[in-house]
Amino acid sequence: MSYRSMLRPAFWDHADVAAGPYKHLFNFRRMWKSAVLLTAVVALAPLLFMAAADYNVSQKAIEADIHYQTARLVSNTRRSISFFLSEHKSALNFIDKDNTYHALSDPQRLAVLLDNLKKGFGGFTDLGVIDAGGRQHTYVGPYELAGINYSGQDWFQDLKESGVHISEVFLGFRQKPHLLVAVKHDLPDGTFYVLRASIDTQKFNDLLGEVEVSGQGDIFLVNAEGALQTPSRFFGNTLERFPLDVPAYAEKTRVTETHLQAEPLIIGYAYIQETPFILMAVKKKTELMRPWNETRGKLIVFLLVSITLIGCVVLGVSTYLVNQIFDADRRRVATLHRVEYANKMASLGRLSAGVAHEINNPLAIINEKAGLMKDVFTLQHRYAEDPQLLALVDSILSSVERCARITRRLLSFARHSDAKPQVLEIGEVIHEVLGFLGKEAEYRSIGISVDVAPQTPRIHGDRGRLQEIFLNLINNALAALDDGGRLEIGVRPAEDSFICVSVADTGCGIPAADRNRIFEPFFSTKTERGGTGLGLSITYGLVQGLGGRISVESEVGKGTEFKVFLPHQMKIDREDPNENPAGG
Amino acid sequence: MKILLVDDEEELAGTLAERLRIRGIDAGWAISAEKAMQLLETETFDLAVLDVKMPKVDGLKLKQQIQSKNPAMRFIFVTGHGSSGDFETGASEVGAEYYLVKPLNIDELIAKIKEALKR
Repeated sequence: MSYRSMLRPAFWDHADVAAGPYKHLFNFRRMWKSAVLLTAVVALAPLLFMAAADYNVSQKAIEADIHYQTARLVSNTRRSISFFLSEHKSALNFIDKDNTYHALSDPQRLAVLLDNLKKGFGGFTDLGVIDAGGRQHTYVGPYELAGINYSGQDWFQDLKESGVHISEVFLGFRQKPHLLVAVKHDLPDGTFYVLRASIDTQKFNDLLGEVEVSGQGDIFLVNAEGALQTPSRFFGNTLERFPLDVPAYAEKTRVTETHLQAEPLIIGYAYIQETPFILMAVKKKTELMRPWNETRGKLIVFLLVSITLIGCVVLGVSTYLVNQIFDADRRRVATLHRVEYANKMASLGRLSAGVAHEINNPLAIINEKAGLMKDVFTLQHRYAEDPQLLALVDSILSSVERCARITRRLLSFARHSDAKPQVLEIGEVIHEVLGFLGKEAEYRSIGISVDVAPQTPRIHGDRGRLQEIFLNLINNALAALDDGGRLEIGVRPAEDSFICVSVADTGCGIPAADRNRIFEPFFSTKTERGGTGLGLSITYGLVQGLGGRISVESEVGKGTEFKVFLPHQMKIDREDPNENPAGG
Repeated sequence: MKILLVDDEEELAGTLAERLRIRGIDAGWAISAEKAMQLLETETFDLAVLDVKMPKVDGLKLKQQIQSKNPAMRFIFVTGHGSSGDFETGASEVGAEYYLVKPLNIDELIAKIKEALKR
């Protein structure tokens, strides 16, 4: 038996049992499929829906959280940088307001101020005073920048209008990244002077370097042209090009997503007011999502295991339930068959009784008339000398006796329903049954022998049931036999107050694979020849009902032997389903 | 010794009576319970051979009627229904000496009659 057929449920091959009057009510295969489909859908759909919904919701929540954190980081850092710049600008303003133009024009005074600034705020590298013509007439710092004219530079022109200037980071005359902060001071005579300071960007870089950015991120400043204003971990040093487009101006902090060489990035940015700087935080989205992805992986494994488990349970439960229905349906059909069989037997009994009785009466008249004729011939000596007449009458009488035997047999068979326990000679019952089947055997040249062991006791049982049992067994044997075969029936005492009746034929035999199944209802190898597969199962039921047992031995090609063991005192169960419901 | 034969088949009852008479047994016959009771008014019988199945009044009822008039009467039942095995029990159930199945064997009937009258 292959694994496939072992796994196949019993009902599988009964999808369309349509033969016979008691066909199965259900299409089991379709029922099983519907059950599996419905339960699977009902069980899995909410699970999958919840999983998908949760996946979406949690992904959105995580992304929103990442955006929020990025925005907060950018906002906080922007505040720090704004504060740094405005602090330096205010310091410059304070010096400007606190000192006269004259005092500022004194290099010694200016050097003191620069020293104070360095000590008080840090980051200042030099300090200069520029007149309205753009010439830096006073300068203190590490370079020789006194006398340089800035009038041609853009920032100087801007400053004339705006009054304050914070420059981009540039290399300047010193080839060192720095930025300028300049404040304009209008003089009463309509002219002005400018107090200018250089701020070392190292302070800036340190400020940004201290910021912790999650997701292997980076935070830096760019200008509107995309040149880096502070060094970046990924995009190079100060004044190198930032490889992405600079985002459009926005008043508040913004967070966007973009890709750089297929790497998804989260970018948070903020334009720092009154400066040329744009603060940018760049984070790798994959890194940020990693913990969530790991959790998601575990959940997917859990989901798959759940689906497999649910699938197994659905398949198992559906198969079990449909098998139960199938078994119940089989029992139902078997019961219907038995009822039909019992009804048939009862009708047959009533019919044969009617026929026998109807024939018996005229037969009795013939009998008496012929008897009277014989009496007249033999007793009155008038025709005693005519042997031919006497022979004719004897022939009539013997024919009447033959008819009488037939009607008695019919009447005996009609007594099924009476289920009366009586003392029986089992050999006699077998001969009665053979009375019905003997002719068929004779025509087919089948030799029948009945061997009753002399010490076989009489038994107490139900004649009708026993007739049925042996009728079925002998019928089966005749069906298995070829013309000219042999049927041997033996009766002998067996142990434990039992007798054993063996019915052995020299027929085709039963293959070993079928031998265990022949007593099952609906098991038949004769279905195409009109067998219902119920004969032996009914016989089995009848033998069991009488408290006996039945066994079979068979060899293919040699023959089959059924052995029926019957107790001396049989059970008579009047509630048996084979009981004729119509009564006698 | 006089035997009463009751059977709804006239041919049967008449012929059987004749056969018994040929054998030296006095027999009267009737084709219904009613006729049988009429016959009993005028004649006396020692034993009745009754058909079980008869129209209107069957053999068993007739037996009760006869017994109420003549409790000493013996009975043999005859039937076209049944096989030999059932009759011993059947006969004792209805209180008859014997139960015979049609068609009858005349010698067997006479033997049973004699046996019944001996009891």
